Amino acid sequence: MNKIKRIVSVFLFALLTVTVNAQETVANPENADFMRSNGKLYVVVAVVVTILLGLFFMYLVWTGRLVRWRKIISN
Amino acid sequence: MLRKSWWKIASFLLLLYTCSYGFLVKVPTPPGVPLKETIRNLFFHVPMWIAMMVCFTVSVVYAIKYLRNQSAKDEIYSTEFVRTGNVLGVLGLLTGMIWANYQWGKPWSGDAKQNGTAIALLIYFAYFVLKGSLQDEEKQARIGAVYNIFAYFMLFPCIWILPRLVESLHPGGMGSEGNPGLNPKDTTNSMRTVMYPAFIGWTLISVWITTLRIRVRLIQQKQLVNE
Repeated sequence: MNKIKRIVSVFLFALLTVTVNAQETVANPENADFMRSNGKLYVVVAVVVTILLGLFFMYLVWTGRLVRWRKIISN
Repeated sequence: MLRKSWWKIASFLLLLYTCSYGFLVKVPTPPGVPLKETIRNLFFHVPMWIAMMVCFTVSVVYAIKYLRNQSAKDEIYSTEFVRTGNVLGVLGLLTGMIWANYQWGKPWSGDAKQNGTAIALLIYFAYFVLKGSLQDEEKQARIGAVYNIFAYFMLFPCIWILPRLVESLHPGGMGSEGNPGLNPKDTTNSMRTVMYPAFIGWTLISVWITTLRIRVRLIQQKQLVNE
């Protein structure tokens, strides 16, 4: 279980860095990059992805606590 | 089954609608407003704050209930709603920072609303610090409930009143129309058909998440009493 949790969190954090990188690259030029194309629609996509990641992160933390608690109970 | 969980189905359907039609609905592009497609964040960023305010309001009601009858159940309800509210607040700040990065040039420009929400959230974070610092469970619950009421009455000046008193990059600041959440100028009726379902949907899903936590805590407590 612990191993699975570790693997899942590695993937989650990998995704987190992707979004952070995306922001950094965009900070400089005023026009014509990916995030500003299509009327800045991808900003909305980034926002939705952040919310989804946040909710999943919360689920992960809470599930971890639940698992720990169940272990205590079963002992 | 259906009678008990209709609101969960409603939250699923409303969010499905929000996440699909929210990207399809026609948004206005008035001249001079550089928002463009990012105005669709109205269906994702703003509902975080609405859901957060609902969570904190429910929490303060249970805090008052706890102070009236000292029931452990009310304490659990109150604490868990604050927890969800904090998560939503952080998500609201993060999504707001992403939006601000492309709209205002930098993620944090010290806008009145940004600062106000940051202060309000820090006050709510301190709720858990305060509770964690107390050993005695009854004291923890009682002081927590009192602090919760204090925090609630700090929240609304910070996010409703202060941003309106000064000039703000958000709508609804001094000398601009609307309220701190939205600007009537670039909100059309067709956008409202997504906005209100989005508000309700995101609020319902946050209540759903909280009830899961509450149920776990209640089972834990039952177990502790039995031991």
